[in-house]
Amino acid sequence: MTATKIYVPRETAAVSVGADDVAIEIARQAKESGARIELIRNGSWGATWLEPLVEVLVDDKRIAYGNVAAGDVADMFASGLLTDGDHERRIGPIMDIDYLINQDRWTFWRCGLIDPLSIEDFRAHKGFAALEKAFEMGADAVIEAVKTSGLRGRGGAGFPAGIKWQTVAGAEGDQKYIACNADEGDSGTFSDRILMEGDPLGLIESMLIAGFAVGASRGYIYLRSEYPLARLILSRAIDLARETGWLGENIQDSGFDFDIELHIGAGSYVCGEETAMLESLEGKAGVVRFKPPLPAISGLFGAPTVVNNVVTLASVANIINLGGEKYASFGVNRSTGTLAFQLAGNIKRGGLVEKAFGITVRELIDDWGGGTASGRPLKAVQIGGPLGAYLTADQLDTPLDYEAFTEIGAMIGHGGVVVFDDSANMAHQARFAMEFCAIESCGKCTPCRIGSTRGVEVIDRMIAGVEREQNYDLLVELCATMEDASLCAMGGMTPYPVRSVLKYFAEDFASAQGADQ
Amino acid sequence: MTTETYDKQVASNIVASFEARAEMLVQILNAFVERFGWISEDAIRQLAEELNLSRAEVHGVVSYYHDFRTSPPGKHVIKVCEAESCQAMGSRELSAHAEKSLGVKMHGNTDQVTLEPVYCLGNCACSPAVMVDGKTFGRVTAQRFDEIVSSLGKSN
Repeated sequence: MTATKIYVPRETAAVSVGADDVAIEIARQAKESGARIELIRNGSWGATWLEPLVEVLVDDKRIAYGNVAAGDVADMFASGLLTDGDHERRIGPIMDIDYLINQDRWTFWRCGLIDPLSIEDFRAHKGFAALEKAFEMGADAVIEAVKTSGLRGRGGAGFPAGIKWQTVAGAEGDQKYIACNADEGDSGTFSDRILMEGDPLGLIESMLIAGFAVGASRGYIYLRSEYPLARLILSRAIDLARETGWLGENIQDSGFDFDIELHIGAGSYVCGEETAMLESLEGKAGVVRFKPPLPAISGLFGAPTVVNNVVTLASVANIINLGGEKYASFGVNRSTGTLAFQLAGNIKRGGLVEKAFGITVRELIDDWGGGTASGRPLKAVQIGGPLGAYLTADQLDTPLDYEAFTEIGAMIGHGGVVVFDDSANMAHQARFAMEFCAIESCGKCTPCRIGSTRGVEVIDRMIAGVEREQNYDLLVELCATMEDASLCAMGGMTPYPVRSVLKYFAEDFASAQGADQ
Repeated sequence: MTTETYDKQVASNIVASFEARAEMLVQILNAFVERFGWISEDAIRQLAEELNLSRAEVHGVVSYYHDFRTSPPGKHVIKVCEAESCQAMGSRELSAHAEKSLGVKMHGNTDQVTLEPVYCLGNCACSPAVMVDGKTFGRVTAQRFDEIVSSLGKSN
């Protein structure tokens, strides 16, 4: 009799709600009952609201059980867990879950599916096939495919990846670098993390392709310190790739050398800004650099450097596998392809939804998210992290398209969607935007460093009812100064959430008076 | 968290494991915090010497990053996420509860515990979230918070 495969995610969200305890209990129950099982710690499918999500392979179908607690396991075994017996936690075959099957899984398709730390499983699911194809195509054709795909930077700025790669490929320099930005600091975002924990070898493969395309022999991953589990999984994956000859010198006899060094951040939000990240990679304080020069010309240690976000890079493997045209056939206008949206905050079914651009915010929140967790009316949605505008319930039919968002003074950023119900006071949220900027400002430019502190003070006066109209005007002016004169998006975009509150939720300044901060 | 008292030789070994490369300073400081819990003046002096940097340069890096604390933390470090997603799920109330339940203010310290805000643990679909001694917990109610804290007492 072969062992029955049981999958329990080893992914931060799942573990944060008890997945490790569930895995231990499953192993214990199996031992006690003499059942032969093979426990696989997969990544997460991204249906986070169902975590811990356990799957059991029965007759070639992975049967899912949702919100499993360690205390449920004995009962699940007693109800025939290994033979698809009925149980109140049983959802059914994983591939029948609407939340998952209605997605466009281009970049995240291996997450949840495979054992992230098995080269064999990775290889069995097209792993390194794109790299092998890239070697055959040649560097120029790889860059052409990325350009054709229309892939834009998923970290927030939305710059075309292919153009960046071409610039680095054409830049002068003996040493070039690939710097993967895994400093996913925006609240409401966790797609980089789900990818690194669920398909770390996929990221490594895409970095190899990037290195091959632009002529770089060294890669860096800058991972935030708040992700200890991702660190563990990624380090192991890098070791595995080295042990099997997929990193290092003369990779698979291709003549191509490439290795990756993992760097851990130290709690600075601004280090997610590309030039601050480069400073930090050089061992310095994460203070932003003036641009130009662009990192593509003079980046890490002054060398031409591709700086791309995790999801941007990881999207490349399938662009090589399936073609740039195929990727470009997803999406709308200049927003081609897919984005991994992340549903967070006050939402019933939070998680990751990879979907082609063009879907509306309302579809995401209603069809996938199922509305607010509290069941109360939705009041506001912040998209794109702490620098993103707050949308009102009336703006939810805006299609997710970079340009459509720019038109309404908002941004898609890294695709985080944070829902607030009607108990939220938006004046407090505006205050927090300024406060966060004051805490995290790198201090290099005055509008950001000083403006944010002044912003908190002005908002405090408005909340206290002191000369509210004059302070309103002052805040509008301050926002303009910060936007126009800041060096990077930290100070330059903090005004976005503040302005949206001034415009759509101004009445909250009066009702915030005396409220708990 | 188990950390040990600063030891010049151990520190030197850490620096050597990074080949004493000055560009690894942030990584070395991370390793110091993991090992010793905080960055002391002695550590700054030694790093400056071994990496051939000025003390001001090392101090500049140490003071820039939130993770590089310059005083010893409590035995347990508890971080409550106070970023937007968690705010939308009651993190302001959870922080107030944590302060009351632990008897220490945010950014405060006792021998037993250090309480700090953190701006996003990336566990936003399970808000509100906290991190205790490097381990992330999600869907944290006031009651669950107290359970997590009391289990710390038992394991020590």
